[in-house]
Amino acid sequence: MVGTYLLLSKSIIRVVMGLLLLSHGAHLLLLTMAGLKQGMPALVDRYDQAFTDPLPQALILTAIVISFGMTSFSLAIAYRTYKFHKTDNLDELRGSNDD
Amino acid sequence: MSMKWKTNNLLFIHVTRVTAFLILALSIYLFFAGHNDPGGGFIGGLMLATSILLLYLTFDRRKINKMLPMNYANWIGAGILISLLTGLIGTIVGKPYLTQFFDYFTLPFFGEFELTTAVLFDFGIYLGVGGSALIIILAIAEDT
Amino acid sequence: MTNLVLLPLLIPVIMGAVLIFFSKNEKAQKIISGITMIALLIGSITLFIAVAVNGTLVMELGDWQPPYGIPLVIDRLAAFMLLVSAIVATSTLFFAFKTISPIRSRYFFYPFFFFLLTGINGSFMTGDLFNLFVFFEVMLISSYILMAHGSTNFQLRETFKYFVINLFASMLFLAGVAYIYAATGTLNFAHLGVRVAELGQDNILNVIAVLFIVVFGIKGGLFPLYFWLPRAYTGPPTAIAALFGGLLTKVGLYAIIRMFTVVFNHDPDFTHTVLLVMAAFTMILGVLGAVASYNYKSILAYHCISQYGYIMMGFSIFSPIAIAGAIYFIAHHSIVKTALFQFAGVTEKITGTSDLKKMGGILSSHPWLAWLFFIAAMSLAGIPPLAGFFAKYPLVLGGLEEGNYIVVAVALFVGLLTLYSMIKIMKFVYWGKAKHDEERQKVSVRKLLYSVAPLVILTVVIGFGAEPVLQFTTEIADEILDPTIYITSVLGE
Repeated sequence: MVGTYLLLSKSIIRVVMGLLLLSHGAHLLLLTMAGLKQGMPALVDRYDQAFTDPLPQALILTAIVISFGMTSFSLAIAYRTYKFHKTDNLDELRGSNDD
Repeated sequence: MSMKWKTNNLLFIHVTRVTAFLILALSIYLFFAGHNDPGGGFIGGLMLATSILLLYLTFDRRKINKMLPMNYANWIGAGILISLLTGLIGTIVGKPYLTQFFDYFTLPFFGEFELTTAVLFDFGIYLGVGGSALIIILAIAEDT
Repeated sequence: MTNLVLLPLLIPVIMGAVLIFFSKNEKAQKIISGITMIALLIGSITLFIAVAVNGTLVMELGDWQPPYGIPLVIDRLAAFMLLVSAIVATSTLFFAFKTISPIRSRYFFYPFFFFLLTGINGSFMTGDLFNLFVFFEVMLISSYILMAHGSTNFQLRETFKYFVINLFASMLFLAGVAYIYAATGTLNFAHLGVRVAELGQDNILNVIAVLFIVVFGIKGGLFPLYFWLPRAYTGPPTAIAALFGGLLTKVGLYAIIRMFTVVFNHDPDFTHTVLLVMAAFTMILGVLGAVASYNYKSILAYHCISQYGYIMMGFSIFSPIAIAGAIYFIAHHSIVKTALFQFAGVTEKITGTSDLKKMGGILSSHPWLAWLFFIAAMSLAGIPPLAGFFAKYPLVLGGLEEGNYIVVAVALFVGLLTLYSMIKIMKFVYWGKAKHDEERQKVSVRKLLYSVAPLVILTVVIGFGAEPVLQFTTEIADEILDPTIYITSVLGE
């Protein structure tokens, strides 16, 4: 919800924040959709106890690493765009019709 | 930018001297703790970046560049290479790519010690993550 | 030797990492990347032959058996795509040698070129849905960087939009992965196919299928979701635009083909009708954009969209002959579109603009360029002895056989408009009086043509030799229409 609102706003940095919130929402969704289970972490030396499904955790870890890279890139590009165009208002970043 | 960095906060510098290396030690610990306990290359690499960043915060950029004359982009390259070439070990024996091998060694004084190819792989990630985190933050910080 | 499968993945990523060390030395970069590219091309050809002879190759990464581990799977379709991507990338790289300025190449142009290729090849090869997501991200993050490379105002602005759109799509992709994992409990394509067949493709799975259509539709530039494409492809340097136009969006289309043959193949009345409608609109709106535009590159970018419509049309008609046509179309389009983008680059180098109205008379000063362009353009428009005709013919034939008359009519109409806008380029750019001055007329572009000419020759060759190529794509079509081949070769039952 908040993510969508921010995504639709006009300021560049808000759009970036909105995207971050949305992607973290997707990570949480991945966790909940796989079902929350009780149990030990799935480690080799503790295999005698009940353990959780390790796959969603591995997936989320990967997704978080990717979103780490994306975040830094998005901040960098938002910053450069802001510097070059001297504005952070997306209305002014539309571009002309002929190009 | 460098002009503003001349502020010489004695307390800050002395605390940094200690903590930066504590963080570095913690990062190496986390790196080796990976595999069977929480930790690993990614977290360790971020810690590494933090400790070096702390140095950048406290001291002047020029001083650090003299102290650590390194190009962090090369860290990323080296990291990727180490990880990928480790994966190739498996292919020499005819197993699929990325197959991991491990064995237990007993060292005097340290006791039993597990050595896997996954550690090497993780070391590549450690370098890669540390290098890229540093590059990103420095690139944004420099450009003011 | 199963490890042969790794070649198209490992060569670019390792050499990309090596190239990081040489970022200051332009010459070393060119030599290394040239050798790498040729090695990659040879590797892809070997792999293609191996797969064509022996059938599907599967490799389980890290020796984890599927469905637990991540397999790399190369069936005929993937091998074919790998070959096309290697050819296109080789040509683009040699074009980039001549056009990318030394300052740009210092900022890691070549490493990211190879990382982009890693992502593309990985997406073709992977047999796991989440792994597909990872390779998509590898590909996209390199593409953002290449697109913003050089950071002119225009590029930054368009990259930001492209970035936002694609990050949003990635988020949806992740959500789709979550839902499908909740519904089936697996992410391996082959295992997903089995599980979806067991569960029956009912309402929930149809919703997930539509979610994936949206995701891949954004990445592949299909109808209501293509709006980011024309601008994004107009901005970057031509070598990069050529690579994007030729390969990048194909990955989205490939993902649709893969998902909707192996996994969601039980309710074609619903999913493929959705795809067919999208395809029809994509074709029309794309070509109308091209007709209305007077910018060389943006005409080509709009044509990309309408051609994706053709590919999707062939796939969603879902009969062997139409799918064979669609696959042939992918190869044809990758080759021709890359060539055309490179022509745009060459022309821009001569005239210094990409506005059609400011060009003219290149035929008199650079006849070779003009005639080569003529061949490529006629091929795109689908004039008989060239590849474009044999790409569209099976689509139309398949559509008529299945009784989809409206789509066929749309396709023919769009073909006419394509011809019109190609002739528009011919008329404005190459015929008429020269609008560029004497000095520019002497600009030699012969070296640039060396990298384009093989592509033009190739389109003529696969046009005249359409029979064996079409036969091979028909084999591919038969193979992907029977998902059990894929499933058994991965799960090994």
